[in-house]
Amino acid sequence: MSWHHPYSIARRAAVTSRVVWLFLGLLAVVFFRVQVIGSSRYRLQSEENRLRPIPIPAARGLVTDRNGVVLAENVPGYSVGLIASSGDSLRAMLRRIAPVVGLDSSTFDMLVRRFRRRPYEPVVIARDAPFSLVSSLEERRMRIPGLVIQAEPKRRYPLGPSTAHVVGYVNEVTERELSSAKFASVRAGALVGRDGLERQYDDELRGEDGVRFVEVDALGHTVPAAGVGSQLEPRQGATLRTSLDAPLQQFVASSFPANMRGAVMAMDPRTGELLALYSSPSYDPNLFIGGADPKVLNELFTSDAHPLLDRAIQARYPPASPWKLVMAAMAIKRGVANLNTHMPTPCRGGLQYYNRYFHCWKADGHGDISLAEAIKVSCDVYFYQLGLKLGLSNVLEDATEMGFRQRSGIDLPAEAWPAFPPSTAYYDRLYGRRGWTQAVVLNLAIGQGENAQTLVNMMRFYSMLANESGVAPTPTLVANTSGALRSLGVSDTALAGLREALLAVVEQGTAAGSRVAGLKIGGKTGTAQNPHGPDHGWFIGFAPVDSPKVVVGGIMEFARHGTAVAPLVTRIISYYLLGPGAARATDYQLILPDDSAPPPQLILPDTSSAPITANAGPGTR
Amino acid sequence: MRAPELDKPLLGTCGALALIGLAVLYSAGQTDVRTVAADIWERQALWLLIGGIGAVLVYRISPQLLEWATPGIYALGLLLLVATLFFGTGAGTAAGNKSWISVFGVRVGQPAELAKLATILMLARHTEGLRDPPNTLRALFPACVIAGIPTVLVALQPDLGSALVFIGILFAVLFWVGTSPWLLLLLASPIISLLMAFSTPSWGIWILLLTAVLIWVRPFVFEAVMIWLANVLMGVVALELWRRLAPYQQNRLTSFLNPESDPRATGWHVIQSKVAIGSGGLLGKGFTEGTQKRLAFLPAQHTDFVYSVVGEEFGFLGVVVTLALFAGLLMVLIRIARRATDPFSCVVVFGVMGMIFTHIVENIGMTIGIMPITGIPLPFFSYGGSFMLTVCMGIGMALRAAREGRLAGYSEL
Repeated sequence: MSWHHPYSIARRAAVTSRVVWLFLGLLAVVFFRVQVIGSSRYRLQSEENRLRPIPIPAARGLVTDRNGVVLAENVPGYSVGLIASSGDSLRAMLRRIAPVVGLDSSTFDMLVRRFRRRPYEPVVIARDAPFSLVSSLEERRMRIPGLVIQAEPKRRYPLGPSTAHVVGYVNEVTERELSSAKFASVRAGALVGRDGLERQYDDELRGEDGVRFVEVDALGHTVPAAGVGSQLEPRQGATLRTSLDAPLQQFVASSFPANMRGAVMAMDPRTGELLALYSSPSYDPNLFIGGADPKVLNELFTSDAHPLLDRAIQARYPPASPWKLVMAAMAIKRGVANLNTHMPTPCRGGLQYYNRYFHCWKADGHGDISLAEAIKVSCDVYFYQLGLKLGLSNVLEDATEMGFRQRSGIDLPAEAWPAFPPSTAYYDRLYGRRGWTQAVVLNLAIGQGENAQTLVNMMRFYSMLANESGVAPTPTLVANTSGALRSLGVSDTALAGLREALLAVVEQGTAAGSRVAGLKIGGKTGTAQNPHGPDHGWFIGFAPVDSPKVVVGGIMEFARHGTAVAPLVTRIISYYLLGPGAARATDYQLILPDDSAPPPQLILPDTSSAPITANAGPGTR
Repeated sequence: MRAPELDKPLLGTCGALALIGLAVLYSAGQTDVRTVAADIWERQALWLLIGGIGAVLVYRISPQLLEWATPGIYALGLLLLVATLFFGTGAGTAAGNKSWISVFGVRVGQPAELAKLATILMLARHTEGLRDPPNTLRALFPACVIAGIPTVLVALQPDLGSALVFIGILFAVLFWVGTSPWLLLLLASPIISLLMAFSTPSWGIWILLLTAVLIWVRPFVFEAVMIWLANVLMGVVALELWRRLAPYQQNRLTSFLNPESDPRATGWHVIQSKVAIGSGGLLGKGFTEGTQKRLAFLPAQHTDFVYSVVGEEFGFLGVVVTLALFAGLLMVLIRIARRATDPFSCVVVFGVMGMIFTHIVENIGMTIGIMPITGIPLPFFSYGGSFMLTVCMGIGMALRAAREGRLAGYSEL
């Protein structure tokens, strides 16, 4: 008999109908049990005894250095919240506790607004409440029915200002942010990272809030919930192990002159791991935790010194003499010159280019020197000619390829973009198609002109020089980012030659006063012209020269010249490589030649320095 | 085509359900604090319109043409499912699942829904040619493959709820073409064994029962041994499979057995849904007046838990009315399937019935806590374009089958 015989079909249709009725009937019975028989119980739960989930804040993950030294931790604190059934009852409760807590009417409105947003969650009225407040509120508990006091982890930064810029700080999420997609999963009143690693790795550090249920009875009193099982424990955020070296970081912070502005970074050129990052002036991130004093915060935000600015990654400076190594690398890569090449015109203290005279920093001149020697003595005339030999478009192209138009990609928020012309069209736009000459390359060749770089970007270039195979890993604090490697593109022997030349800078050249006994340090000083005041000083160095283990770079605003920065950097290097004793033992005598760049030649009457100064970051103002 | 050729009971029940569904969806958006569901009913109305157009188009296709196109439709369905695995994106509460196909960042639909129709068509095309009811496991094999491929592809997304629907469709179709219920039980036995394996005594009893059934039914010895071995294997791998489930899937299963084990996440949903439904009482709190819903206590109250809004606002009365309408719809579909003139339409309509039935039982059972939370939509109620279109096209096929049946001489009733 075929399955499609009307008789068998009809039989199965009847069976199916019965099955359908059985299942739907079963559903109806279950609904009857819940809705009619159990209705009063559920109605009670729904209307009179509202179940309220009270979030238990998760502790944020710890931030540690490479050896486990804690940079950000949690200490116990108390938060005070209120559960209310309506905005009016919240207002009434607030009025009752206002004298105890010290609230004014403007915060009333803010709290009521916050209540309306999440009416079934407690409104936090005091965070990080002192114990005296908690105990006096507990005494009045009977008169404040919806009171919820709970332990809440509080953030603390043991190293304070030393690690402020790199670790960052946390702050309560704002109402505006809550409606944005990034903070969609964040509870109102939660702490979110605001700067540094706290912001960059906020999602990992945040953890997962727990929840506990209380029932609110008809009088507004909270009673522990019955029949909803136990509470769900919060889950602490993941511990963030960074590549920082806490003792080195503290050493950097303590040896940076307190009244100077600037930044120092130390990184491992082999892996790109950051060992220290300090920006001066710094601030105490613990000020932001709990009820911060608005007056102190206001000072932080409006101070002329801009303490919140991370000068290592957010400020741009003319790269000055350290840039000469970029030119040298370009020339070697393109085969325009090698380390022994001499230029047609020896240095007599300046170079005549058409109707203009470009000065060397040394008025007596350096004479007829090779590229290696020119690096050692930082001869401007040599690099003017090298720039002309390379040609403007080649310089622009190679700098772009080496990453000077891109951010370093360090895993910290708000890294500034460097400023560098993309192509000659930039000058066409700035001065008009026929309004400029090849002379602009002369300024570019000595790291002046339309060029502003961040310290971290220059650090990346110097780690290419210091890296065994001439490639630069992306600077990183938490070793899991893998950016594309940038290669210098010169041969190993040329690379070794450049390092030798940099060694000579410290041994005999412009940074000779910063030598450290028993350590071969290579590096380059620089002095950036600053139209707003004294010049900025640069020094970027690495050691040991044969196989560099560390690159340290420093920029100091208004330092007058790079030779002031060099001893600081070499001390940091010797602290890292030789240990604390060595750094202290070294004594410095600063009798140094001055390699400050000559004032940039005005190529045109209307050549303004505006592109640079506008980009130089607020720190220079 | 004259209007009297349309099946009025089918149109009536569908129309009533669609209107109630739209009203409930409107209500689900009325919360004290504005949520994403606020204007969703307008979009659902648009989807209903698109679904209507889809139904009309399908209605105009003759069963013969549909049958001819079936292999292509099925292949397209599988292709989309495979593409979803590679290029799929998640959305909303199921952001971890790859169940959406996006074009230039715009999510255009969930291929799993349309694949359900494609599978029904392919099963129908396969079974209509059978001379005898498939009453050996070997005869069941092709049908199992047809339904098994999309099941596995959907389960990989991972979307276990939708995978369950494919299995529901398979069993409905196999039953309809005359497979013995005992054989279906044997076919399902490995899955039952998997579920039983969580406690050793229950699994032991199950294996004993199975052995008894095997002796009673007397299939071929080879097949009997295979089934028995499959059951034992399932019992052994159950723990390993459990460990491989994503934590949220584990949570859903354990919180189904004991909602209080995880009051925050999935257990919280069921507790809140039950409180909403229970507090609705006999007559409900009134349209748009549900307090649980207003405070947005209900999770996904415009999609998975939309029926909780029905329970809260219309009470037991509303539940009985909607259940009766669903029952009426299923009865009409069974009747149309019974009177279909060609075997292909006969199986297709019954398959559509099986699909809708599975969705109803699973979704409504979930809101009241007697089914695990799987997140599959309720026909005509839950917000969702792909599923609305799928249901409407299924209804369109049923309308066409009813017309053919009527023209062939079946009278009303």
